[in-house]
Amino acid sequence: MSEPSATAGIDLHAKQVRKFRLQDRFFHHSTQIFAFVVLAALVGILVSLSIEAWPSLKEFGPSFLWTNVWSVPDDKFGALAAIYGTVTTSVLALLIAVPVSFGIALFLTETCPLWLRRPLGTAIELLAGIPSIVYGIWGLFVFAPLFADHIQPPMQALLGDVPIIGSWFSGPPIGVGILTASIVLALMVIPFIASVMRDVFETVPHVLKESAYGIGCTNWEVVRNVVLPYTRVGVIGGIMLGLGRALGETMAVTFVIGNANRINGSLFAPGTSIASTLANEFGEATPGLHIASLFALGLVLFVITFIVLAISRWLISRSMGSEGL
Amino acid sequence: MPVQAMPAGENVALQVRNLDFFYGDFKGLSNVNLDIAHKKVTAFIGPSGCGKSTLLRTFNRMYDLYPGQRAEGQILFHGKNLLDKSQDVNLVRARIGMVFQKPTPFPMTIYENIAFGVRLYERMSKSAMDDRVEWALNKAALWGEVKDKLQQSGLSLSGGQQQRLCIARAVAVKPEIVLLDEPTSALDPISTAKIEELINELKSDYTIAIVTHNMQQAARISDYTAFMYLGELIEFNETGTIFMRPGKKQTEDYITGRFG
Repeated sequence: MSEPSATAGIDLHAKQVRKFRLQDRFFHHSTQIFAFVVLAALVGILVSLSIEAWPSLKEFGPSFLWTNVWSVPDDKFGALAAIYGTVTTSVLALLIAVPVSFGIALFLTETCPLWLRRPLGTAIELLAGIPSIVYGIWGLFVFAPLFADHIQPPMQALLGDVPIIGSWFSGPPIGVGILTASIVLALMVIPFIASVMRDVFETVPHVLKESAYGIGCTNWEVVRNVVLPYTRVGVIGGIMLGLGRALGETMAVTFVIGNANRINGSLFAPGTSIASTLANEFGEATPGLHIASLFALGLVLFVITFIVLAISRWLISRSMGSEGL
Repeated sequence: MPVQAMPAGENVALQVRNLDFFYGDFKGLSNVNLDIAHKKVTAFIGPSGCGKSTLLRTFNRMYDLYPGQRAEGQILFHGKNLLDKSQDVNLVRARIGMVFQKPTPFPMTIYENIAFGVRLYERMSKSAMDDRVEWALNKAALWGEVKDKLQQSGLSLSGGQQQRLCIARAVAVKPEIVLLDEPTSALDPISTAKIEELINELKSDYTIAIVTHNMQQAARISDYTAFMYLGELIEFNETGTIFMRPGKKQTEDYITGRFG
């Protein structure tokens, strides 16, 4: 009696196994397709950017990168001013944002009273969620006039006569310009960098910090010698995330950078960035060299972002190697 | 409450008087009184949550790091109350070192793990620092194993070696008291035996207070033993007396394994 039913059971079992195997294979292939979509999108963007930019690349060659001309009537285009604006505003923004974010993250994880921790943390996350156009409007209508009236003149008076750096603060204090864009950008990336830093600082085991306090370290010594080395990888990652965002930020920068396609030694002077040039000119651009040059600018931004990413990867792998982690 | 069975004729390193401890509203220790004898090993035993680690962590004010935790009463160290707000916490911690349950080497080289703490309080030449590092590693019975790889990361050592590195680090700043919070609970038996041997040697130079949940360990290495239960000090006496002729029913039940 039991013999046939047992065989039937085995048959059923084999069927089940086959079904599972099919399911697994289906799952594997479908997730693989999703993953390849990312790759395809990346390659597709790169290829289409290159195709569209081709007339410009052919016309100007590599000198497109270091030519400081952007003249629509003459059909002469060079990316230098936009690259300069993009890199300068991003680097300045980081110079401002990194120390501030560092302070915020340290306060939140090391010395902040418990009751204040959650509201402050939430405020930072909310700040990260404000749309960039709001920062742009605020920067143009509120911050720039204040900056022009109350901050630029004293800065000029204080630093204008210092050799070398004095020229950075020359020119009429009109509010909008490279420095204003940098400050607005800094405000926008601070929440990102600060919240990443806070998250990685929280991963430091309590006992590790306690043992540093246990031999008599002050707060700063613990941060400098234990927290920072332990979290270096994450901190670099957070900064690079901020840099990536700053490089590509469009709307806010377009509002406050002044949109002048030239390079001026002064940080008070208006300039332009790759993203803001694209935003400003795409609507009115005529097909031909102008459009192609805008695509070429996009390609340049793509490459800059890629380089930043590669450098951060390299920094991370190097610091991990030296720690033996 | 009178101080229990104070060792006669011993020098006293720490005097704990009427100590209460609070985690927010929860009372973690109530009215603890005892003396820690100079250059002896004092062990704290008791079931989990009895407050033995809490007590140890009041000795170097480690609880200060956490908002909401506070201690009331007195812990006298050289005649001054450690719990006073005016006490310099960092200095206290340099003089009363601590080793934790899990090995916690800093993310730096073996050499720097030791030199780092020394540098906080003393200025010395490179060669004097080399000597100090060697001295501390010798004290922790680790020198022979690491002398050829001082520039490697402290994290590259095994668990037992890491723990001895932490002891070396604590000893290197020349504290008077070393607090050990279950120092062997994450280690294998061989490493544990090494650490116990080490504790035995260290007591000729340092006052040692150790929290352990291993009663045999307390019996093996300590001169005095304190049994704690539910935040109270139940019994405190010479280790032999506690284990052979405990004075309280609760102590006897615990050491004979009738409750845990």
